[in-house]
Parts: sequence; structure tokens; C-alpha cells
Amino acid sequence: MSESTAEVLRAEGLVKTHHGEGAPARAVRGVDLRVTRGEFVAITGPSGAGKSTLLHLLGGLQRPDAGSIWLDGECTDGYGEARWAVERRKRIGIVFQFFNLVSDLSVADNVELPALLAGVPPRKARAEREELLAELGLEGKERSMPGELSGGEQQRVALARALVNHPPLLLADEPAGSLDSRGTREVMRLLSRFHRRGQTILLVTHDARLASAADRVISFFDGRIADDAELDGGAPTRRTGISGVLELRD
Amino acid sequence: MRLALLALLARGPAHGYELKQDLEQLLGSAYPQPNVGQIYVTLGRLEKTGLIEGEDVEQSSRPNKKVYHLTDAGREALRAWYEETADEPRVRDEFFMKLALAPQTGLADQIALINRQRRQYLNTMRQLSKLAAAEDRDNRISHLLIEGAMLHLQADLDWLERCQEELEELQ
Repeated sequence: MSESTAEVLRAEGLVKTHHGEGAPARAVRGVDLRVTRGEFVAITGPSGAGKSTLLHLLGGLQRPDAGSIWLDGECTDGYGEARWAVERRKRIGIVFQFFNLVSDLSVADNVELPALLAGVPPRKARAEREELLAELGLEGKERSMPGELSGGEQQRVALARALVNHPPLLLADEPAGSLDSRGTREVMRLLSRFHRRGQTILLVTHDARLASAADRVISFFDGRIADDAELDGGAPTRRTGISGVLELRD
Repeated sequence: MRLALLALLARGPAHGYELKQDLEQLLGSAYPQPNVGQIYVTLGRLEKTGLIEGEDVEQSSRPNKKVYHLTDAGREALRAWYEETADEPRVRDEFFMKLALAPQTGLADQIALINRQRRQYLNTMRQLSKLAAAEDRDNRISHLLIEGAMLHLQADLDWLERCQEELEELQ
């Protein structure tokens, strides 16, 4: 594998300023980032730090004011709206905080749609959908409408939809942001499972518990990367750490 | 551990090793288990202060074992323990002092201190996630212990984030 293909995503000098009412908001202020195949990267930071904007830039949902993005070593500078839409079906899967399922399509149709749009034969799309829904514990929910499902179930459907075309990169924007504690653990477990199988994941979250499932955590402040740390999960440097936080003292 | 042992003895007499096993079973693998030596030492102290009493029980072919039971004073101490509420969790004094004093020493950068501390918390958080994944799903007490530790860490991480927001503005 050449170096360029091992690099699923690269960004250089990304800048994005929002011009709404009031003063312009400088959401992303010069970001360089590389994600290699098989990595699970979390971006954390306070709300308003610009981390969701960054993820939107990386998924082509918004265009940067400056800077460039490479997918699998290919520069996306010349991509228009239509091309990004194609990439989001083939090379990038995305899950959002509020699931964004199509409310008047069944669970099965929501998952199969991106496969059919990508030109996958209907029979194969159905097979993929069946496999993913079974894997995500959603058997028997195929004919349900999204509104009939719990938040956690809807997010699992959204995950199936994002992964149905086997995209090399999965982007997740606060995927547990509207779920309860149990739903959060479930999302965390599933992301970890797909990661173990080789899925490259870039996750944006303000939840440190979710972020700790990743093996690299980027701290994002005020539109910039403040820290970029590999988590080894190895022995803590001092007596504190895991036994320090679990020990009960009287 | 003193009061935990008294609480275990409230159910009925037991010997040191039994108490260790009861504690292990209740709290699961997440809890850093006290060694049996610590338990015997604590039991000795509790006996000296009159909160428990030990009786030697003869065993065939093995040395005598000591079976302890709660005294009235012990039951009273336990009752008083349950009457009290526990202290609030605290800000990490040592880290806070380092952070507050850093600019005056000229020896450390506050943002670098925060970043390092965050890395440590995140690594510990990761270990806790792994521990939670490995722990028996049905042991609710153990999962609550791990979740409590994770939520405390989360609060400390949120606080580090606040420190960073405030102090970065000054820089």
C-alpha cells in the first residue's frame, strides 16, 4: 500500500468563517489534519469551538474559505456539489446527532437508498441491508417507520445507512448527542466494533466517554487544534489513574 | 475499609477470608481488591476498639481460624455511618495549585499543563471503558462504580476545558 492510499483524509490550512447576523464567527482558523487507514480519531472541545463546522468541511457539506482537502490522496479542490454528493455515497459515510433519516421511508428503504443511488443492484442492496440490520440488532424492524423507533434504534439505522456502501471513511457528528446514557454506551460499543474490523472513523463529540473509545483524541479550541494525543490505554504514569479513581476510601 | 467490613459483618459472623471474597463478589473485578493482609490488620484494629469480637474456631488438620461478629458498639458505629452523608468530591488541589502558580514560576506553560493533564485523564477514561466492556454485564454494582469514576473524570475534563477557554484568552 502506497503512502497516499494509506492516508484516507488530509486537510491543510482549512479556514471557515460564518457570516451571519452580528460579527463574523471564525469557526475554523487554520487546521491541518491527517487521518490514516484504520484510525479512530475523536475531535473534542466545548460547544461553539467549531468542531462540527470542521466535520462539515471534511464531508463536503460546507466549502472552506481557504485550504484544501484530499480524499485517498486525491485533491477535492475542483469538486462541485454533485461530486461531493457522490463521494458521500461512496467514500464517506456520515451519521448526525439527529439521525436525519427520511421520515416517510421505511427502515429498510432508508438503508437501501444510498446503495441503489450508488448503482448497486437491488438484490445486492437488499442483502447488504439485511446483513447490517442483523448486525446492529434491528431484525424485525425493516418495515417500521423511523418515527416508530427509539432514538438509539434510529441512530443504529443511520449507522447502517452510512456504512451500506462500505465507505473507507465514517464521519460521526455528535452521534450520541441526543441519546441517553444507555444509548451512548451502545453507540460507543458499535463504533468500537466497526473500528476493530478496520473501519476508519472520525468522530466529533463533546463527550469524553465517547471520545475515549478512539485511539487518538484531538482537542479543538476556538477553531484550532490545541492538542493531538494518541491514547495508549497503557499503564498510568503514577499511582493514580485507574485504581486511584476506583478505590473506595473511608 | 473499616466500615465496609463492619457492614459485611452486620449480616452475621464471618472470618477474614470470607469477608475478602464477599467484597470481591459484590464489587466485581473493577474494584482494586484489598489484599487479605490488609483485611486481617483492619479486623485486628476493629477488635481492639471493641467494634467487633473474634472467637477462635478449631479446624481439623489446619490452624484455628478466627470468626468475628459485630458488637453493640460496632452496630452503633455502623448506624452512625449510615446517618451521615458523604463529603463532596473536590477539585484536584495539586493540579490547581500548579496551574494557578505556573505564570509566577516561569517554569511551565498553563496550556501545556492542561494538555498534559487532559491526556492522562483521557487515557484513564479509555482504561475505564475497556474495564466496563470486560466486566460481567450483570454486575450492576460494579458497572455503577465504573460509571461513577467515568462521570467524575468527565467533570474534571469539562473543568479543564473551562480553564483552557479562560486562560487562552489571556495569552
